[in-house]
Amino acid sequence: MRFSARVEVQLREGIADPEGATIERALPALGFDGVAHVRAGRSFNFEVDAPDEGAARTKATELADRLLANPVIEQSSLELKAL
Amino acid sequence: MAPRIGVVVFPGTNCEYDVVQAMAAIGGHAELLWHGDSGLSGVDAVVLPGGFAHGDYLRPGALARFSSIMSAVSDFAAAGGPVVGICNGFQVLTEAGLLPGALQKNGRLRFLCQPTRVTVTSTASVLTSGADVGDELVIPINHFSGSYVCDDETLRQLNEGGRVVLRYVENPNGSVDDIAGICNEAGNVVGLMPHPERASSLLLGSDDGLVLLHSLLSAAMVAAAA
Repeated sequence: MRFSARVEVQLREGIADPEGATIERALPALGFDGVAHVRAGRSFNFEVDAPDEGAARTKATELADRLLANPVIEQSSLELKAL
Repeated sequence: MAPRIGVVVFPGTNCEYDVVQAMAAIGGHAELLWHGDSGLSGVDAVVLPGGFAHGDYLRPGALARFSSIMSAVSDFAAAGGPVVGICNGFQVLTEAGLLPGALQKNGRLRFLCQPTRVTVTSTASVLTSGADVGDELVIPINHFSGSYVCDDETLRQLNEGGRVVLRYVENPNGSVDDIAGICNEAGNVVGLMPHPERASSLLLGSDDGLVLLHSLLSAAMVAAAA
């Protein structure tokens, strides 16, 4: 079976996010008031071949933890969809 | 015979010749090692120089960690061989798990390229053994992701173990506890953001980096004799 995977990587709570902070500081100048707690992140999309959803999830999670995110400062979340 | 220093070149590394030149100027023999090699050709010390290994894609050091040479570097480090990561090399060492913590984007997202004052805070490492605690050195930094972060427990271990080797006098990038450089428990693996090879001659504005490079050369001599 083939699954489409989407991994979102975010900085962990408590880790300073200068990118999010810079975006947040720019918002009032653009006329966006009342927006707070901006956190920047990245997302990755890929397809996985695996016998079932559990196996696909294991493979995608391992890939996210070993490469896409640095667990020291980042956390990741995974969405899977059968194709 | 002069000790041999291996300087690892990844695609995108750009400080390798500065390191080669600086080590040669103090009597070392530095040679380039390609990241795709599986061995270290018997060198006595390894430097991971600055630059943008693998384009810094994903995160600085994240892809370099998977280059073939890195397993040889890990084995060499585990056997007590001197390994120094400068700037991007420090980022590679943290991503590879050879040093704890991570290098995050600088506070206020500033790319910093300037001479920086650092204080030697431990001499129990292959890069600081020839210096004295309290020595103040002027050495350039040149980075976008140099803000050192780690969890509280790691920070405690670094501080209590005397493993913070260099601290900024005026913290330029938001590093926790003003950390500019750290080492592993044994002191044979060191990572630092400042570039000692760029402070290796008064013609460059400072030769304060020489004491660090001399320390590394001494460690390489000891390794060569072993």
